[in-house]
Amino acid sequence: MKLIIATIKPFKLDEVREALTDIGVRGMMVTEIKGFGAQSGHTEIYRGAEYAVNFVPKVKIEIGVADAMAEQVIDTIAKTARTGKIGDGKIFALDLTQATRVRTGESNEDAL
Amino acid sequence: MQTLTKLGLAAALIALPGMGLAQEADTTPTNADIGFIFTTFMFLVAGFLVFFMAAGFAMLEAGLVRSKNVTMQLTKNMALFSLASIFYYVLGYNLMYPGDGWSVDGILGAFAITGLEPVGLEGAEPDLTYASVGSDFFFQLMFCAATASIVSGALAERIKLWPFLVFVIVLTAVIYPVQASWKWGGGFLDAMGFQDFAGSTVVHSVGGWAALMGAIILGPRLGKYKDGKVNPMPGSNLALATLGTFILWLGWFGFNGGSQLYMDTAGNVADISRIFSNTNTAAAAGAVVALIMTQVMYKKPDLTMILNGALAGLVSITAEPLTPSLVQATLIGGVGGAIVVFTVPLLDKFKIDDVVGAIPVHLFAGIWGTIAVVFTNDAASLGTQLYSILVVGIFVSVASAIVWFILKATIGLRVDEEAEVNGLDTTELGMEAYPEFSNA
Repeated sequence: MKLIIATIKPFKLDEVREALTDIGVRGMMVTEIKGFGAQSGHTEIYRGAEYAVNFVPKVKIEIGVADAMAEQVIDTIAKTARTGKIGDGKIFALDLTQATRVRTGESNEDAL
Repeated sequence: MQTLTKLGLAAALIALPGMGLAQEADTTPTNADIGFIFTTFMFLVAGFLVFFMAAGFAMLEAGLVRSKNVTMQLTKNMALFSLASIFYYVLGYNLMYPGDGWSVDGILGAFAITGLEPVGLEGAEPDLTYASVGSDFFFQLMFCAATASIVSGALAERIKLWPFLVFVIVLTAVIYPVQASWKWGGGFLDAMGFQDFAGSTVVHSVGGWAALMGAIILGPRLGKYKDGKVNPMPGSNLALATLGTFILWLGWFGFNGGSQLYMDTAGNVADISRIFSNTNTAAAAGAVVALIMTQVMYKKPDLTMILNGALAGLVSITAEPLTPSLVQATLIGGVGGAIVVFTVPLLDKFKIDDVVGAIPVHLFAGIWGTIAVVFTNDAASLGTQLYSILVVGIFVSVASAIVWFILKATIGLRVDEEAEVNGLDTTELGMEAYPEFSNA
């Protein structure tokens, strides 16, 4: 099993969710986050004084998937969230050692 | 004889309804009362419009401070208005309007508690050419409270509650009334021909000078100026700030309109209408100029500057809202808006931290408005206007600075560093304005 962590532009969230449910993903966790990467923030002006916005708002999605599906999920997120402009985000994949469904007690791939 | 009887009967019949009415008093006001009634009524309406400006200041400031200081800012606004209401009657009103009872002729007014007319004017002989004392007191009190409101915004987010309130008491009981007596109480500036219709200098610059002294002596917020750079601290709620500005704009119709002081003739009513129109126009011009200038200078319009621009337009027209044409009011207000856009960053250069822009809006635009009187009112001379700006400025600055320094040396002005970083709401009050929101 893999845990896929993706940071994407907030306005792409709905599109990504739809694309993932279309390929059979049945759950995800979503968090509003701030951070920086290659985009490394930008500047704004408030009352005549320029200031740096060092952390840009992003959405983080986390999905536990079976090994067989991992590549397809990563490809789908990458394809759907891509605008081609700086700040599109990143996708990470970690090995997931255990999963349990709280309601039934099912474990691992049955729980995903 | 028969004719006489008939006449007598007719007379009795005519008299009957009249006799019935005679048992109730005739309530039609005499002609002499009518002017008194209308002017008094006008003062009450204008007075509660100016009262509403207290809400405007409170919302503007609540919106422009960070969310961790909102409860404190609202507390200060409630407290300062209420303290002004009490100390203006205890000392202020008679210091400002001594009539013939000057302590030092033309300079220092009377020391007496304010008394109202007896109930139902029983046994009193009111000045029927003017208005009731109660309405005049009520109206003038609101101006005094507005002066104190100006100070609170500039010093937000770092000043302790109690020393601020002590300053408010001195300002509303003594500093404001004494200098106001020089013009509106018929003192020496009035005798020289100084023109300040509704208080660009008497109210707004005074609040501005007191705020400037406070901001310098108090020092900037932690982290505002670091390594030669300005570090902006954006306000928590621009919806509230905008509502506050519109409330102030509304209140200003009472502020300037009521300052006509009479509504007893067609001429006076027409003048009040001119004042409403000019006041509105100047505010609009200030906002439009700030909108265009921030777009051109910063590539994006800055709402907080547009709000300040509208207020600067209002302050600018306040010294003379009657004589300008609509075009002249547009120019006067527009320059006010430009002053704000230029002087907000200028204050930052001097590391004077004014959280809401009170000093550019009320002091700098107030000075401009006082000077601008000479363009539309032949009764004003540039020399007298400048002299009066200077005299009032020096008096208020020195008096304020003394009070601020005494407070700093005794009970201290600032909260400690940790309290400032965590916010005054939790540390000074233990109560947050938005307890269910995160402060991320």
